[in-house]
Amino acid sequence: MSFHDEIRRTDWSEIEREIETRTETDVEYALGAVRTGGVSLNHFLSLLSPAAESSLEEMAGEAHLITQQRFGRTITLFAPLYVSNFCSNSCAYCGFNSRNPVRRLALTPEQVREEGEFIHRLGFRHVLLVSGEAPQVVSLDYFVRITGLLRPLFSSIAVEIYPMDVDRYGALIASGVDGLTVFQETYSEALYKEFHLGGKKRDYRWRLETPDRAGQAGFRRIGLGALLGLGNWRVEGFYLGLHTKYLMRKFWKSQVSVSFPRLRPAAGSFQPPRPVSDLNFVQLLTALRLFLPDTGFTLSTREPADFRDYLIPLGVTSLSAGSRTDPGGYTHPQANEAEAQFEIADRRPPETVVEVIRQKGYEPVWKDWDEAFLGKNL
Amino acid sequence: MLKGVWMDEPLMIAGRAFRSRLLMGTGKFSSPDLMKKAIEASGAEIVTVALRRVELENPRDSILSAIDTGRYLLLPNTSGARDAGEAVRLARLARAAGCEPWIKLEVTPDPRYLLPDPVETLKAAEILIKDGFIVLPYIHADPILAKRLEDIGVATVMPLGSPIGSNRGIRTRDAIEIIIEGANVPVVVDAGLGAPSHAAEALEMGAAAVLVNTAIAVARDPERMAAAFKKGVEAGREAFLAGLGAQRKEAAPSSPLTGFLR
Repeated sequence: MSFHDEIRRTDWSEIEREIETRTETDVEYALGAVRTGGVSLNHFLSLLSPAAESSLEEMAGEAHLITQQRFGRTITLFAPLYVSNFCSNSCAYCGFNSRNPVRRLALTPEQVREEGEFIHRLGFRHVLLVSGEAPQVVSLDYFVRITGLLRPLFSSIAVEIYPMDVDRYGALIASGVDGLTVFQETYSEALYKEFHLGGKKRDYRWRLETPDRAGQAGFRRIGLGALLGLGNWRVEGFYLGLHTKYLMRKFWKSQVSVSFPRLRPAAGSFQPPRPVSDLNFVQLLTALRLFLPDTGFTLSTREPADFRDYLIPLGVTSLSAGSRTDPGGYTHPQANEAEAQFEIADRRPPETVVEVIRQKGYEPVWKDWDEAFLGKNL
Repeated sequence: MLKGVWMDEPLMIAGRAFRSRLLMGTGKFSSPDLMKKAIEASGAEIVTVALRRVELENPRDSILSAIDTGRYLLLPNTSGARDAGEAVRLARLARAAGCEPWIKLEVTPDPRYLLPDPVETLKAAEILIKDGFIVLPYIHADPILAKRLEDIGVATVMPLGSPIGSNRGIRTRDAIEIIIEGANVPVVVDAGLGAPSHAAEALEMGAAAVLVNTAIAVARDPERMAAAFKKGVEAGREAFLAGLGAQRKEAAPSSPLTGFLR
């Protein structure tokens, strides 16, 4: 039994129709349920619906209160560390697409340590290792080795790399990795096939069951996400909520979090077929918050500075800042940015982001984990 | 009148005396400065800090540098630990970094409701007490577990009123009454207190103290709310001493068949 079995019991177009036909009365009922503490899957559909757009301010108010009570007035900070842009996949939207003629680079362990030290000096204690899918270049052994080098610098090390099997995940955890992030990109199998044109990533089911394998292996933190702009965001949001609840039930000791990567229309690059507006984005974020009061929400520097700032009180709990998405980009910023995975919209240095967090009345949190949890150092 | 019996005494934990019966948590504040002001206003003398949140070896750590350890007992907690092994490791790291050997033991394998695991908590408490720690365990309001922990030498028991951060007040009232009735160590109601009236209720029931965090940290004015909790705690304690304690339920022996023998 995996989430694949769960998702097969639903039908994308049926869910879509259901969401589109919800009325303002349905939304009122859903908001009533928010206040009495029980948003069901049925209510969640209403909150994602076009009919809920006129209740956005109210949803935002509730999302603010719920987040504040559960997470306090704090925002956790992390930095991504891109170790390699080699990739055997051909994802239509991605800068690492194997068919893109960009220079490929995989950092040596020593270069990873240098990048890690730079990030540490910026203040970060939570780091996210990112790579493309190229096990022959960045192997399991490679990740075990660099995790060992980074351990003295960070209290939390998470990975966002190509999917592996349970045994390999076990080895990563044993080496000191506590979290895994994997985006499904789209929950629609048909759309998934359309955008993933080559490489192992074409396998929808292997991708969809990755968080299951992560849970079985015992990752403490599992991060999900749908790439916003590929399919109908309302339906993606529904499946994202369903997936999160499923994982929380099944792997009850793991913390599940959700990211909101959005494809932004830009000249000369991939044009998202179903762009998600700022208003849509806020509805998705707040609807998910009302459905998932205990789930951490992460926002990357893909989003522009002012938009990120506005979202801080609406349910976000974790931000990256000062990110580079090209391997080696922190210590060698002169490198060609065409090799980056996506274009960064918020280019402010971490200290500026931290200042804004404070101005908004929140405490920036650099450390909210301890290596003692994974049995290191004893 | 047995004046001495009803005189208030300081709260004694592991041989150390505290005037305040309000313990404060340090999470969820919007800034270290606000946290500092709230602690000050609360009158608390014991302040708990999640080890996962602080860098013990860093003198500029934002939380630690805001707490004057000359004035407050810094009580490290093992928040986030999923089993006994993790909690024990965290506690030992804290002591190795120079903290006093006091530890608020939290083993909460479920990240949603953060409910304490009774089996792992007991296991960890045993190890830590043998190791020389003064252990203050966070538990569900389970009277037998409280006794078992007391038997192995914990300094307090800290039953929850309702899940951490829920602000729902004392939903476990009946079980906490039984714990208080049987306890030989201070009973500190630890979680879920959302208003000063909840704190007052705990003290009225005979709890030795309460620990509060979310209700203060997330209030519009945390400093003012901390002062309100201070008053709530004091009012509850006074009410308990003034006689409400006498209302505690006693087991009523009912023996209709042998009543004629009396």
